[in-house]
Amino acid sequence: MGLRETLKEELSFLGGFKVTLEQMRRSRVTWQYPLEKKPKPIRQHGRHVLNRYEDGMEKCIGCELCAGVCPADCIYVRGADNPEADPVSPGERYGFVYEINYLRCIHCDMCVEACPTEAITESKMFEFSFTNRADAIYTKAELVVDDEGRPRRLPWEDWRPGDDDHTSAWMRATSPSGSAEYEGRVQWSGELGYGVRAPEGGQSGRRDDEATGIRSLRDVLSLHLDDDERTDEQRGVQGALRRLRHRVELQKKLLSPRRKDA
Amino acid sequence: MGLEDLPHNFLTGRLEDLVKWSRRMSVWPATFGLACCAIEMMAVGAADFDLSRFGMEVFRASPRQADLMIVAGRVSQKMAPVLRQVYDQMMEPKWVISMGVCASTGGMFNNYAIVQGVDQIVPVDVYAPGCPPSPETLMHAILTLHEKIRTGEITRRPHVPDSGGEEELAGWVPERPGAVRLGTPR
Repeated sequence: MGLRETLKEELSFLGGFKVTLEQMRRSRVTWQYPLEKKPKPIRQHGRHVLNRYEDGMEKCIGCELCAGVCPADCIYVRGADNPEADPVSPGERYGFVYEINYLRCIHCDMCVEACPTEAITESKMFEFSFTNRADAIYTKAELVVDDEGRPRRLPWEDWRPGDDDHTSAWMRATSPSGSAEYEGRVQWSGELGYGVRAPEGGQSGRRDDEATGIRSLRDVLSLHLDDDERTDEQRGVQGALRRLRHRVELQKKLLSPRRKDA
Repeated sequence: MGLEDLPHNFLTGRLEDLVKWSRRMSVWPATFGLACCAIEMMAVGAADFDLSRFGMEVFRASPRQADLMIVAGRVSQKMAPVLRQVYDQMMEPKWVISMGVCASTGGMFNNYAIVQGVDQIVPVDVYAPGCPPSPETLMHAILTLHEKIRTGEITRRPHVPDSGGEEELAGWVPERPGAVRLGTPR
């Protein structure tokens, strides 16, 4: 065996490093969570909010359908007759007691579907934890939105800009996108706060990612795809620049001082 | 530690800070994945969320080397004694995160087979809600625990410490936690 062959054989372990070294030119994928949040999917189910009408009336009518449909039995509602002088909701009755135990809630969104008045919807905020069980039981004081329609920010929750977008206008948990008659229709509408969201693209390929707010998510998440799985505009140098730009924008948005407005 | 016999002064105070800092920055979790929450727990350890940023990437297979038990998933009645044993085998100081609604309260499994809340068996420090909690939720719970370690006392002192001005707690403190419990009450 010549010197050349011996060297080739002895140094063949270097081939094993190829896999490792190839990783070095891939972009970093780690989300620096306390500093930045990964963008959420548009259908993300997070912490609930109880909505109000524009005149400040509560939407909840105390019908207890949400409590009835809840598979985890985490909702406790008691309805009561509206006081004549100072009604809480426009109907006959209102939600007198409304409690959700977040140590039981599985965020299935069935309460949102069951609600006849769109009173209960879900926000995208999912970053919260408790140090005792009492904190986990949210009462009406914590669930009902404030005068502007924004969800209340509790000290043990991690709200960032954008998490309270579209909280009053959420979508059905069961997607109608498979059905042609729902194509391009707004499935949910909100009166107060953070509004009517753009119709979600169906399965026909006709989709407006810019309007539904999923554009940046798709660009950022294409980080994880191989090049042949990406769309044309996500490929190559141009795509890398897009991702970088979105990431910088995201960081700028999210790095604003934490819990300044809590 | 030997700190128990010393009078509490500036030096021990600084030393406590150092101990708390080192504990906070290297909380090694025990591998205790029980159900689907364990998948999210693994996701936290993987590259996307990278738990090693907090010095926690080593999920210890042996409870002797672990500080933190992340109870990830529903605990059945049969698993309960095992869970307690693993907890008892862990060295002090030790903490418990109850991850997910099943571990916390039984969640939607309100039946005879599932323990309705793991805090019936072991003392829980932080509850992470969700079914399963997203990696961010678990990290939020971990950061809450870090705050608890940072603000808690590392040893029980015979006297009530002089509570002067309120300490300014920036960042992640959801509330003022009490002293960190050191193990099982005898």
